[in-house]
Amino acid sequence: MSTLDPVGDAALVPAAGPVRGPDAPAAPRGSGRLTVEAFLRNRRALVGLGLVVVVALFCFLGPLLYRTDQITVRLDLADLSPSGENPLGTDASGYDVLGRLMTGGQSSLELGFAVALTTTVFGTLYGAAAGFVGGVVDAVMMRVIDTFLAVPSIVLLLMMVSMFTPTLWGIVLLLSALSWLSSARLVRGEVLTLRTREFVQAARMMGGTGRRIVLRHLVPNAAGVIIVSGTFTIADSILTLSALSFLGLGLPPPHADWGSMLSAGLNSLYDGYWWQVYPAAAILIVTVVAFNLIGDAVHDALDSRSPNP
Amino acid sequence: MPPLLEVRNLSTHIRTRRGVVRAVDDVSFTLEAGETLGLVGESGCGKSMTGLSVMGLLPPGGSVLAGSSVKLDGRELVGLPERELRRIRGNDIAMVFQDPMTSLDPTKTIGHQVAESVLLHRGCTRAEAADRATEVLGLVGLPHPRERLDDYPHQLSGGLRQRVLIAMALANEPRVLIADEPTTALDVTIQAQILALLADLRSRLDMAVVLITHDMGVTAGHTDRVNVMYAGRIAESTGTDRLFRGMRHPYTQSLLASVPRLDQDPERQLPTIPGMPPDLTAPPAGCRFADRCAYATDRCREEEPELTGPEGPQGHRFACWHPTDGPLPADATVVTPRPAAAPPAVAERPLLEARDLVREFPVRGGGLVGLGGRTGRGGRRVVHALSGVSLSLAPGETFGLVGESGCGKTTLGRVLVGLDRPDSGSVTLDGAELGRLRGRDLRRHRRDLQMMFQDPFSSLDPRMRVGSILREPLQIQGIGTATEQKARVAELLAEVGLPARSAELFPHEFSGGQRQRIGLARALALTPKLIVADEPVSALDVSVRAQVLNLMNRLQAAHDLSYVVISHDLAVVRYLADRIGVMYLGRMVEVGTADDIHLRAAHPYTAGLLEAVPVPDPELERAKRGSGITGELPSPVDPPSGCRFRTRCPLAQERCAEETPALRAFGPHHTAACHFPLQTPLTEPAPAAAAAADGTGA
Repeated sequence: MSTLDPVGDAALVPAAGPVRGPDAPAAPRGSGRLTVEAFLRNRRALVGLGLVVVVALFCFLGPLLYRTDQITVRLDLADLSPSGENPLGTDASGYDVLGRLMTGGQSSLELGFAVALTTTVFGTLYGAAAGFVGGVVDAVMMRVIDTFLAVPSIVLLLMMVSMFTPTLWGIVLLLSALSWLSSARLVRGEVLTLRTREFVQAARMMGGTGRRIVLRHLVPNAAGVIIVSGTFTIADSILTLSALSFLGLGLPPPHADWGSMLSAGLNSLYDGYWWQVYPAAAILIVTVVAFNLIGDAVHDALDSRSPNP
Repeated sequence: MPPLLEVRNLSTHIRTRRGVVRAVDDVSFTLEAGETLGLVGESGCGKSMTGLSVMGLLPPGGSVLAGSSVKLDGRELVGLPERELRRIRGNDIAMVFQDPMTSLDPTKTIGHQVAESVLLHRGCTRAEAADRATEVLGLVGLPHPRERLDDYPHQLSGGLRQRVLIAMALANEPRVLIADEPTTALDVTIQAQILALLADLRSRLDMAVVLITHDMGVTAGHTDRVNVMYAGRIAESTGTDRLFRGMRHPYTQSLLASVPRLDQDPERQLPTIPGMPPDLTAPPAGCRFADRCAYATDRCREEEPELTGPEGPQGHRFACWHPTDGPLPADATVVTPRPAAAPPAVAERPLLEARDLVREFPVRGGGLVGLGGRTGRGGRRVVHALSGVSLSLAPGETFGLVGESGCGKTTLGRVLVGLDRPDSGSVTLDGAELGRLRGRDLRRHRRDLQMMFQDPFSSLDPRMRVGSILREPLQIQGIGTATEQKARVAELLAEVGLPARSAELFPHEFSGGQRQRIGLARALALTPKLIVADEPVSALDVSVRAQVLNLMNRLQAAHDLSYVVISHDLAVVRYLADRIGVMYLGRMVEVGTADDIHLRAAHPYTAGLLEAVPVPDPELERAKRGSGITGELPSPVDPPSGCRFRTRCPLAQERCAEETPALRAFGPHHTAACHFPLQTPLTEPAPAAAAAADGTGA
């Protein structure tokens, strides 16, 4: 064999498989798995994820183990302080507070996830389409978003809920209509930079349709932004529902949620009925913080995973 | 008397998340006033880190190990407090960085930025500093320095910005200048000007220069002594002439041999260096080059060779157990006769024919300051990217496109493959006009036209496995069943020399060269007739370049492919192409066979471009100092009237401004558009030549 391997190509196959760059991991692994690992190494992420799981179990499995009557008003049992019978006491209508936290949490979590899902799907497709097509279409689609954003959301919300009797799914629809705007903008921005990448041009060279390029190349590569904004949307929606309920414009009785519990409990705070306020406030804060922690961690995990190690 | 700069046993470690990278390992060298020392090697070999260590400007996590010594005029710099170092930095030792786009502050005027270092170090008044700034800006050849003091960096071209950077470095008349790839981001024509400027300033100011570069041609022409670095250590160190004529280290030999040269025999494969440089978090025990070296024995893998040999200006030191003797003989590589590329189709039908392509891009308002601008259609200002370009390509032929950045060669490539539509003119592939095809027909024709991209990091979808990437074209075109597609993927991987299990991996697990192969495999998946390769190797290291070029040649022979190769590197184009087109500001100024262009250039621009290419031969390189193209590419928004090259042409006369030169024939396949050509044209454009005329429209 001469110095320079005249045959050239034969020796190009590295003996030990693909040669890795200086920062590549020791074992072959996918970029997806790398992200998952970076996410799991992040302590905040684990705390957030753990808290969300605990809250979800509490809300959805709790009522099966801890049965309470959340339908019948029992004024004879109103405003009881915590005891063996009612670990967190009862509220002004005689409902058990612990049980009410569970059922109230169900609607909060359902709403959060539902809003995040619809927002993400619609916002992603809208933003990706606008960014990918570009030109006049993009301009028009973005002006539509600007117009929607110009409407103060709280005013619109208050108007809508005072005109119609809100249901859970009605509020989901309403919140989704308000929050897809920002995820659409985020995704569009990401797609604008992605679409100039050469792999997108390569897909065009193969004759790939716009739909294929958006779904197979642009959306997967924008997944990071999408997940992060989705996670924050969950937290935001839960907070907004609570705010509406706090203002007395949330879900009508007998529906319970954390916001309405707070609102009702506040009236009796001066009577020293702390158990009607603090538990609801605490679980609300914990849930929102947990989702924000996850969002941050996903963001960091995607950030630190350099695309070309 | 101690040498001006003396570096002894310099070791630099960088802590990263992955472990400690031994970026510089026991490096020693000396430098005298008025001398230029080259630091040469591939990326990641520690050459930049050596420069930064001397400056004391290491990145976060970096530290110079105890026992290292950097002495400036006998004064030890390692361990000096930051305060003292700041006084030396920018005053006694200055540095010029690679990228003129990011090294200047876009919010400050250039006058301010040059004056800043004077103010910092000389304690003079603002007016004095401004005077000094004017003086050094004039010194580095900035036209009208006093008027330009208030310009912002974006108002200057790349070449002028690099001059400003040099002016900043020179403002305090440093005794040592460290230039880290000072011309890598520039065109060859500008590169030649900047290098000549550095050489001139060095002798006038009696500076010592450390020139860090990966380019053997630049090294040959502009250094007195060279340190070849490999994997953080010096592999060989000697005078430039001696290094190029009688190198002893196999790495130096391979590095030099794998660079395609202008006088390269295109029928010979380029010698390549197999493998990759070692991981510097855990360098191998023996010689670091052993894994890639053909002479390596067991001793090389176990015992690390010391840098030995006589020191001093006439010395020659190298670290190798089995030194070679001189360059690799030219006939040491395999000859692969190319399929006699059917000369430019005159008789048979061309595969691809482009006629009078015009492409103009509207200029967004506000972005370009100080450009007068001729208005295009509709009264808007436009960039004239292509102004009437024609070319034809025979089956199996390789057409090279060269020119400075901004000449329209990339736009032409995009138009040829249908990624961009021309404003007027037509592209015909196998008789079908691309511009007329729509929907399904267009999609079918995509099979015949593929593109190989420049950047191996952005051309592959990072979230897809290589198998899916290679299958995608087949899926889109609906070719074969899933099993057949998988078989085809395996076949393609074998063809570009990658193991079959690569299909399971993601792009980030491959090196740049390997990714470029995957890109080539993807382009081949649809068995195209034509591949347009836009700067196929410019993002790769020298040793890897040769591998990809050889592969491209081999695949062409195997599949009867036609290539259009776009590159700013004339040697690469020369190596691959049968015919070459030289573009200048949206026009084709000369077309001919590779020999026509290189041996019998008719257009002064072609001649100047060739002159500017650095040749890895010290004698040739030194002989040609001082000539070449002056000035910079004019704005394509407002191109000069008549011959667009006239503003930079040494032969230009009045007629060139008034009349656009038409293409004239200089040989059977050789045409050029010049009123005062360097060769005698054939009397009248022969009908055959006119038919094949790859010409600019009037």
